[in-house]
This record gives sequence, structure tokens and C-alpha cells, in this order.
Amino acid sequence: MNRRTIRKFTNGLALTLSGLATFIGLFCLGAILWTLISNGIAGMSVALFTQNTPPPGSSGGILNAIYGSVVMTLIGILIGAPIGMLAGTYLAEYGRASRLSTVIRFVNDSLLSTPSIIIGLFIYELLVIRMGHFSALAGGVALAVIAIPITVRTTEDMLNLVPQGMKDASTAIGAYPWRTITSIVYPAARSGIVTGLLLAVARISGETAPLLFTALNNQFWSTNLRAPMANLPMVIFVYALSPYKNWQQLAWSGALLVTLTILILSITARVAVSALSPGGGNKR
Amino acid sequence: MNTAAVAFDSRHAAKQRFRETLFRGATLVAALLVLALLGGVVATLLHGSWPAFSHFGFAFLTRAIWNPVTDEFGAVAPIYGTVVTSLIAMIIAIPISFGIAIFLTELAPAWLKRPVGVAIELLAAVPSIIFGIWGLFVLAPILQRHVQPWLIEWLGPLPLVGKLFQGPPFGIGVLTASVVLAIMVIPFISAVLRDVFETVPDVLKESAYGLGATTWEVIWKVVVPYSRTGIVGGIMLGLGRALGETMAVTFVIGNAHRVSPSLLAPGTTISASIANEFTEAVGDLYTSSLVGLGTLLFLITFTVIASARFMLLRLDRRALSSV
Repeated sequence: MNRRTIRKFTNGLALTLSGLATFIGLFCLGAILWTLISNGIAGMSVALFTQNTPPPGSSGGILNAIYGSVVMTLIGILIGAPIGMLAGTYLAEYGRASRLSTVIRFVNDSLLSTPSIIIGLFIYELLVIRMGHFSALAGGVALAVIAIPITVRTTEDMLNLVPQGMKDASTAIGAYPWRTITSIVYPAARSGIVTGLLLAVARISGETAPLLFTALNNQFWSTNLRAPMANLPMVIFVYALSPYKNWQQLAWSGALLVTLTILILSITARVAVSALSPGGGNKR
Repeated sequence: MNTAAVAFDSRHAAKQRFRETLFRGATLVAALLVLALLGGVVATLLHGSWPAFSHFGFAFLTRAIWNPVTDEFGAVAPIYGTVVTSLIAMIIAIPISFGIAIFLTELAPAWLKRPVGVAIELLAAVPSIIFGIWGLFVLAPILQRHVQPWLIEWLGPLPLVGKLFQGPPFGIGVLTASVVLAIMVIPFISAVLRDVFETVPDVLKESAYGLGATTWEVIWKVVVPYSRTGIVGGIMLGLGRALGETMAVTFVIGNAHRVSPSLLAPGTTISASIANEFTEAVGDLYTSSLVGLGTLLFLITFTVIASARFMLLRLDRRALSSV
């Protein structure tokens, strides 16, 4: 075999392997989705959405868990989004390259990659111990702590994409920075910011670890924010590991529901970026 | 200009200035809150773990015992589990992510790039609890029936490495947790690698092609050396994810507080121990020891992530300066 053949062979082998790697990645996604659909679809019924989590042995649904998940995700995003957007605005428009901004950016990135179970411990020590009991509120705050760094990051990135010329034009006709930001920069970056928020919602709605010792779980219907509240991730966790067939079925149906919601949110977010943003599509 | 107009102008300006101060202040407070959050996390972790650290001292890090009945706790088994599962996950995930990144940047035709890229990103969006039930009900039985017996039969008798593959095929255990972790970090690493590979200037690649290099030679001798820092940064970002991953591991690792030489045996990780035991922990020392584990996990991931960010930051600067 001459050198040329060896080089061609190596090239072919490496490229085949890289194709294979891609196939493995796609296969895993497919396998997970297939498992969820084939196991979860059997439990899709009206009862799933109209009844509360049952005691072992009897049938029921996951209405209280769906409600709890929606409530806590809302609390998380309602607290997290404004804080994250304001902080992101500071980094992009006021702080920019200052030393404080550099530190905040670094801290934000660290927060972004802090294991979510640590956030759960933090909120447990901060709220649950003080209040004396587990609560939906604590769960929502824990989710907010996870949503904040995501929102900061996406807001800053999106504001930076707004052309400097637009900001300069606004400043030149005498507008103060706050006016430029709220009337020019925010509208221009709107679709990007919305995308960031959707991704944050997608991320926190499937989080389990931070809810373990904050919201805990509740077998019954509860709307009290100061009491433990059921939520989909916890129901999946507890019911999947239970020995009861009907509980496991509820876990699979809940898992299918959560995953579909998150995938739809993520896809919507991506479509929104390429369809709505000014000059979009060249972002990646 | 008459006096009324001047008065209006200055009132208007004062109002604008006030709003500016207000808005700027609000953004600054929010930004400082981000600092306070991390500070709060560190402070509560240290505060919560202080009883355990002061009671056990350095022995907390060196003892493998974990006995809630006698109130004796040591972090060796969870630390060992965390490190070993993450390392094996990286060994599996790095080549696959590398392949995916190459496929997405150098091989895939334009029409295929976006759908495949989005599909891989969607894998990253799947919540970890889903990986958990999938790992427990689908992957673990497959490994138990088809892969682990083979490993035990063929690798078990080997000297040195044999010890890693001995014992009964439990299905759940360190190896299964590592495989699930690998699948979870693949999308993260490949996304960073893809972005890093895309920063390589086309001119460099074209020159190599012009000299007659094959695609693989361009990748291995031009793209990889150029983006070395970014590659390491991306890998460490993935490692940080793997180290802190909780729910998926909790489902499949078996939750046994012991250091076992076999990868097929059940074990535990820091995050799995906390997730499993925290709500049931009775007594201050038990709770505090679990928070202590959390503190260790935070230290480990923070170090890994911080160095990854630092490397990627340096790369960013270079990419900017070369533009």
C-alpha cells in the first residue's frame, strides 16, 4: 500500500466514524423519545388531566402536579425574568467592559453551571428552614435562581446584537440612555429576549433536583403557596421508582407531557430567533 | 426663549435625569443581586456544613464510612463515585462529541447541518429526570443482559483491568450511570466544539486543502491545533455538567455508600446521596454532612467550570484580535 492509499483510507475511516458518532447522538434522542411515546401514550386519557394523584392501587391523574408545575414555573419566571433582564441590560448597556461587569459576567457563568441540587440546598437553608416547612413558594424561588443566570446571559447577548448606530442615533437626538434602551434597544431585541425567556421556561419546567427539598410533593390538590405542592418532576421521580404499575404508568405519562412541552418550547424559541429577529439567521 | 419655556425645559430635564438614575439604579441592583446570589450560595453552604466539618475535621475527606446510626460520616465513597462516573462519561462522550462536531462543521451538506444541529441541541433540552427513567427502565436492562455479561466474560479475567469488570451484572451501577452521563453531556460538548471549530479562519483550511491535504488531515493538523484551548474548555464545561448531574444518576447508580473496585457494582455520587437522603436525614450532624458533601461538589465544579471559562475567554480574545 502506498502513502496515498493509506492517507485516503485514514480519511475515509475518520469521516465514517464521525458520521457514526452523529448517528449515535441522533439515535439516543430517538430512543428516548420512542420510549416516552410508547410508554406514555397508554396513560393519555381524560382522567390524566382531570383527576389528582391517586393513592397506591386506585386510578387517577396528575392534575394537581400539572397545576403545581405551572404555578412554580410561573413564580420562577416572574421573579427570575425581570431580575435577569435588568442585570443583562446593565452588562450590555451600562457596565460593558468595566471591571465590575467582568466579575458579574464570570459569577453569572458560574451560577449558570452550578449543579441545580446545590441551588436546592441553598433555598432550603434560606427559606425552608426560616419558614419552618416546605412550600411551593420556596420551589418557585429555587427555580427563579436557576432562571436568572440564563436570562442574564441571553439578554446581554441579544442586546449586544442591536447595531450601535441605532443607539448612537437615539443619543444624538438627545435621548437619555434609559429612553434609548426602553424605546430603541428593547424593541429591536424583542424576539431574541423572548427566545431567551422561552428557553429559561423550558429549562426550569423540567428541573427536579431543586424541588426535592423546597416544594417537596403533595398527593392532594393544593393551591396554598405556603404549603408543599405537587409538581410533575417530583411525581415522575416518586412514581417511577414505586412498585405500583398504575403509578409507574402515571410517571411515564407525566414524563411524556413534560418532555413534549419542553421540546415544543425549545423548537418555538429557535423558530422565533430565525423568523423574527432583525437580520436574523446570521446568528448561527 | 421666555421664562416659562426655560422652566419647562429644566423641569423636563430633571424628570429625565431622575428616570435615568432610577433605571440605571435598577439595572445595577439586579446585576449586584447576581453577585449576592453566588455569595449567598457559598455562605449558606459553608454555614450549613460547618457542624460536620468542625466535628469530623479533615477525616471527613478521608474516611469511607457513612453510618447514620452511629453518626459517622466520611465523603470518600460519594467523591469516588462522582469522579469515576464523570471520568468514564468523558471517555465515552469526548470521541463521540468530537465526531459530531466534525460532522456538523466539515462534513454535513448545508441542508443537513441545521436539522442535525437542532436535534443534538434538543437532546440537551431533555430534562435529566427523563434520562433517569430511560436509563433505569430501558438502558440498564439492555446493559445487564447484553453488555455486562460480555464484559465480565472477556475483560474480567484480564490482569489489572479485570478487577473493573468482575462480579454479577446488576444492571444499575457505576458503569450504567457513566453511560447515561455520557449521553447527557454529548450535546453540550459537541455544541461548544462546533462553535470553536467554526472560529477557525477559512483561509487556513483552504491553504491546507490547496496543498493537497485530505479532509481528515485538515481537521487533525489545522483545525484541532488552532482550536486547542477551546476544545479543552468545551470538554471541561461538559465535565462540570457531569460532576453535578443529579436526577439521572440517582435513578441508575444504585445508591450504595461504598468504594467498589468493580464498575458493575452499585455506588453513589455526591449529588445522588444528597438527593436520596436529605429529606430523610435525621439529626444535625447527618444533615450537615450532606450539606458538607454539597460544599465539596460546589468546590469541585466551580474549579472545573472556572478554568473552562478562563480558557474559552482567552480563545474569545484571540478570535477577536484576529478579526
